[in-house]
Amino acid sequence: MRDWLLLLLLALACSLLPLAGDNYVLRLGTIVAMYAVLAQSWNFIGGLAGYPSFATAAFFGLGAYTSAVLLSYGAPTGLAWTAAGGMACLFAALIGGAILHLKGHYFAIASLAVGEVLREVVNTTPDLTGGGMGMNLPVPKLSVAAAAQTFYFSMLALAALTTAAAIIVQRSRLGFGLRCIQQNEDAANILGVNAYGYKTAAFCLSAVFAGMAGAIYASWVHYIEPPDVFDILLAVKPLVMVLLGGIGTVFGPIIGAFLLIAFEELVWRSFLTIHAAMLGGIIVVLVLFMPNGLLALVRSGLARLRPAGPKP
Amino acid sequence: MTALLALEGVSRRFGGLAALDTVTLSVEAGEILGLIGPNGAGKTTLINVVTGVHPATAGRVLLQGEDITRLKPYRIARKGLARTFQIVQPFPRMSVLENVAAGAVFAGAAPSLKEGLRLSREHLAFTGLAQIADKPASTLTLAQRKRLELAKGLAMNPRFLMLDEVNAGLNSSEVDEALAMIRRIAERGVTILVIEHLMKVVVSVSTRLAVLHHGALIAVGTPREVLADRGVIEAYLGEKYAARLAGARPAEGA
Ligand SMILES: Nc1ncnc2c1ncn2[C@@H]1O[C@H](COP(=O)(O)OP(=O)(O)O)[C@@H](O)[C@H]1O
Ligand SMILES: [Mg+2]
Repeated sequence: MRDWLLLLLLALACSLLPLAGDNYVLRLGTIVAMYAVLAQSWNFIGGLAGYPSFATAAFFGLGAYTSAVLLSYGAPTGLAWTAAGGMACLFAALIGGAILHLKGHYFAIASLAVGEVLREVVNTTPDLTGGGMGMNLPVPKLSVAAAAQTFYFSMLALAALTTAAAIIVQRSRLGFGLRCIQQNEDAANILGVNAYGYKTAAFCLSAVFAGMAGAIYASWVHYIEPPDVFDILLAVKPLVMVLLGGIGTVFGPIIGAFLLIAFEELVWRSFLTIHAAMLGGIIVVLVLFMPNGLLALVRSGLARLRPAGPKP
Repeated sequence: MTALLALEGVSRRFGGLAALDTVTLSVEAGEILGLIGPNGAGKTTLINVVTGVHPATAGRVLLQGEDITRLKPYRIARKGLARTFQIVQPFPRMSVLENVAAGAVFAGAAPSLKEGLRLSREHLAFTGLAQIADKPASTLTLAQRKRLELAKGLAMNPRFLMLDEVNAGLNSSEVDEALAMIRRIAERGVTILVIEHLMKVVVSVSTRLAVLHHGALIAVGTPREVLADRGVIEAYLGEKYAARLAGARPAEGA
C-alpha cells in the first residue's frame, strides 16, 4: 500500500515538471525517467535474482531498432513501441536459455557479448537498418515544446509502469522465489523453486521495458546508430544507479537514476575528459563503503537518530 | 504393494569414481531407514541422486512406481520428496520464518505467500524455533541451523524426508531433542531416511538399516541383523564395537 501511494505521489510530482521548467529541464527529466526504466529493468535480474546482467544495452538497442524499422514501414507509433518491448522480451527468453545456466562472472561476460552480437547484426544488415550509417526516423509534426512534453510524459509513464511491475513482482511468489535464488540457488531448487523458469522470467522483465525505452528514445532523437543505442554505458550506468540507490528495493533504482544524472549534469560537464574515471571512482566508493546503497545508509542513519529503546 | 521409493541398479559416477555402484534398495511407507557407512561411502550421493541434484548415471529411481530418475530437482521436491543438507543451506539474509515459508510456498501446501507464512509459524513451533522466527538465518547457531533445515523440509509437506547428518556437531542434549523430533515426524506418517554417523543414535531411531561401502550396498536388514553381519563388521564397525552396540541397544522392535 505504502509503495503504491509513494509511486502515485512521485508520478504526480513529476507530471508538474513542465509547469516549472524549460525545454532543457524537460530534456533532463526525460533522461532521468529513461534511466529509471533501465535501472528498474536491471534490478529484476541483477538485484532480485542476483545475476549481474550487462544485456540492458542489448535490449535497449534491439527495442530502438525494432521500433525504427516498423516506423519506417509506416506502423503507428504505439504499435511500434509495444512491439519493441515484445521483441526484446522474446529475445531475452531465447538467449536466457543459452546463458542463464552460467553463474557470476561467466554470466556477466556472456550477457555483455549479447549486445556486441546484436551490434554486428545491425552492421551487416544495411538494407533493413542502415548498418553503420545509422537510421533516420520520421520527425513528428509537433512544435519543439510539444515534442519535448510528449516524450517526457511518454518516458515518465513507462517509468511508472516499470515501477508498478517492480512493486507487483516484489510481493509475488515470483519475487520471493527470485530472492531465494539470489541467496542460494541450490537450496531454492530443492525447495521446489523452478529456478530456471524464474530466472528466465526475471530476464524477460529486464528486457521488455528496456526495449520500450529504446523505442521511445529512438523516436525522441529521430536518428539512431549502433554505437549510440548499443553503448555499453547503457548497461553500466543502470547497474551503478541501482547500487547507488539500493539493490533489490522498489525505489532505489529511481533514486539512483536521479542522483547519477544530477551528478553528471552538475559535475561532469566541467570534467568531460575524465568522465569514465569518475564513473569508475563512484563504483569503487559504492562497492567499498555502501554495498547496500544510499537508501540503506539513510535508513540506518535515521534508526540511530531515534531515541534508544527496546526494538519491536 | 509397490514400495514408496525404489532404487533399481542405481549408479552415479564422478569421472572415474563410482560414488554409487549398482545400488538396489526399496523404502517402505512408514519406516525410518537408517543409512550408514564410512566417510565417502556414497551416502550423501544417494540423497543427491534421489533428489535429482546429481542424477543417476545408470539405473532407475521409482517413486510409487513412477520413474523420477531424470526429473529436475524442483519437480521431485513438488512430489513430496524433501531433504536436509549435511552442510546447511539457509537463505542467509532472510528471516527464519521466510526460510521456512519458501518450503511451504514452492513445494508445500500453501496457495499464497501469506498462507505460507502462516503455515510456517506452526512448523517453527514444532521445531522449537518460534522465538527466533524474525532473526536473519545467518545469525543462528549450528544447532538452530540444523533445526531450520528440518523445519524447511517439513514445510514442504513431504511424504518422504531425507535427513543428512542432522545431528553432526550437536551436543548430546541437542541430539536427544533432535531424535525426539524425528520420531514425532515419523508419527505424523512421514517416511524417513536418516544418514547418521553416531551408531548409537541411528540404531535407536531406525526401524531398518542399510550399509554403504565404497558406493556398494553391503547389507540391509533390521538393526540386529545388520550389527551381526560379518561383512559390515569387517568393513565398518569392527568386532568390539559391534558387540558393544548389540548389547547396549535400547527398545528392541518398533
Ligand atoms: N560433486 C562431486 N564431484 C566429484 N566427486 C564427488 C562429488 N560428490 C561426491 N563425490 C565423491 O563421491 C564419494 C562419495 O561421497 P559422499 O556421497 O559425499 O559420501 P558420504 O556422504 O557417504 O560421506 C566421495 O569419494 C566423494 O569425493
Ligand atoms: Mg555425506
